[in-house]
Amino acid sequence: MVDTRVTLCGIELDNPVIPASGTFGYGAEFAALYDINCLGTFSFKGTTAEPRFGNPTPRIAECREGMLNSVGLQNPGVRHVLEHELPEMQAYFHKPVMANVSGFSVDEYVRVCALLDEQEQVGWLEVNISCPNVHNGGMAFGTVPEAAAEVTRAVKNAAKKPVIMKLSPNAADIVSVAKACEDAGADGVSLINTILGMRIDLKTRRPVLANRYGGMSGPAVFPVALRMVSQVASAVSIPVVGMGGVCCAEDVLEMIMAGAAAVEVGAANLADPYAAKKIVSALPGVMEKYKISSLNEIRGCAN
Amino acid sequence: MKQGLFTIIDNSRIAPDVYRMILEGDTSAVTAPGQFVNIRLDGLFLRRPISVCDCVQNKLALVYKVVGRGTAQMAAMSRGSLDVLTGLGNGYSLEKAGRRPLLVGGGAGVPPLYMLCRKLAEQGAEPRVILGFNTAAEVFYENEFAALGAEVTVTTVDGSRGVKGFAADAMAGMDYTYFYTCGPEPMLRAVDRAAVTSGQLSFEERMGCGFGACMGCTCRTKYGNKRICRDGPVLEREEIIW
Repeated sequence: MVDTRVTLCGIELDNPVIPASGTFGYGAEFAALYDINCLGTFSFKGTTAEPRFGNPTPRIAECREGMLNSVGLQNPGVRHVLEHELPEMQAYFHKPVMANVSGFSVDEYVRVCALLDEQEQVGWLEVNISCPNVHNGGMAFGTVPEAAAEVTRAVKNAAKKPVIMKLSPNAADIVSVAKACEDAGADGVSLINTILGMRIDLKTRRPVLANRYGGMSGPAVFPVALRMVSQVASAVSIPVVGMGGVCCAEDVLEMIMAGAAAVEVGAANLADPYAAKKIVSALPGVMEKYKISSLNEIRGCAN
Repeated sequence: MKQGLFTIIDNSRIAPDVYRMILEGDTSAVTAPGQFVNIRLDGLFLRRPISVCDCVQNKLALVYKVVGRGTAQMAAMSRGSLDVLTGLGNGYSLEKAGRRPLLVGGGAGVPPLYMLCRKLAEQGAEPRVILGFNTAAEVFYENEFAALGAEVTVTTVDGSRGVKGFAADAMAGMDYTYFYTCGPEPMLRAVDRAAVTSGQLSFEERMGCGFGACMGCTCRTKYGNKRICRDGPVLEREEIIW
């Protein structure tokens, strides 16, 4: 028997597989297909203080082995999440959930985090300072180490739950941003958010996405994500949640060998609604194949 | 929604760039006309959403137009099986149709109206159908609708077949109790302007997942934000913000 358990910021997970924010809603669409309690946990849709419609459509484009999105943080706002999504989630998910938070000011991050921090269901706060699809928010905080540190400090003062800062690959130096978050008190970092990209429609001679650019994800970004996870995990001593193009159990093991404490699965959920479940099911067999008895014994072994 | 493997029974060209694929498998998740399926294709990351033209017992008919890499790949298939998500979208509701509903389809928007027309005829309505195309060569399914007992009017933009003009132009003077439509957005707007009753319109949008998770296809309505893939693709006339 192999041991798939991992610990993320003091909370034990049955396995390291975590559907990523924005690809799993609040879990309901997936819970209608399978028991999502088989997952380590999941990170729910990025939440802001006020409801947001997001960007105009088209918001989705495809590329080889991946996709681009410019959804732009559409969400019903934190009040609605507290009153509807979280209570409804209790019916189908019984583990601590990861609350993903976004904002357009330090104050907004603090207010939303403080409200979600009080919820018993919430295990971790994942603070998105890396959304590439909105102006004056999100990524603006994640590309400059000082700004990332400021958000981290403010959120840490307002929250008791572990705070995981979600980082952008679009920063000039993601390692500096990660270190700034660690120094400011972050309990962990997660990376990578999507890579800013673009597609053009040859017929219309215009960008496919109404917002021109969008965040690229999917298997095509996996090697980039893995490299960044390895660099960050080598440089910080807090847990690193690896993500970016993960679509099978083998990818999960590569991420952990690069130093990830746990692994998020994003775009794969959109191409195959059973993707996360399949990865969970396949993981023990793949661990046996590579003679891995526990994930803790391989963490960071490639660094 | 259900995921299943479907066997390709037939795949033939029925008009220039338009094909009909017959699939066999578990169709139990298909509950209404106007729903769609989402098909996984080799080498393409995202699935391809295709409207259901008809569903009888364990067979699905998909009539699709070749518009890009995904549909071109589908058109080249003659056998094998496909990974298909079925039962996606709300579909048309038949309750408000009345005795004489009007169905207006344009080009690639014609297929989902076929199953709707069949269901309406089966519940005793006398559907009237307008099928709009650009040219005579592009016309498909005229006989199939007629075989359901519907009174069919074909329009072509160049006048090479039927009534010259757009599908919505042919609505003038027609007597109907309700309308259903599917087609390109300019046509939907024109149908909405021409319509004298309530009705339902089926919209198209680029989708990520097709089952409500990614928020890739959201639109604003008078009743709040709706995901075209999950809360649509069919919207009531009264809720649409043009």
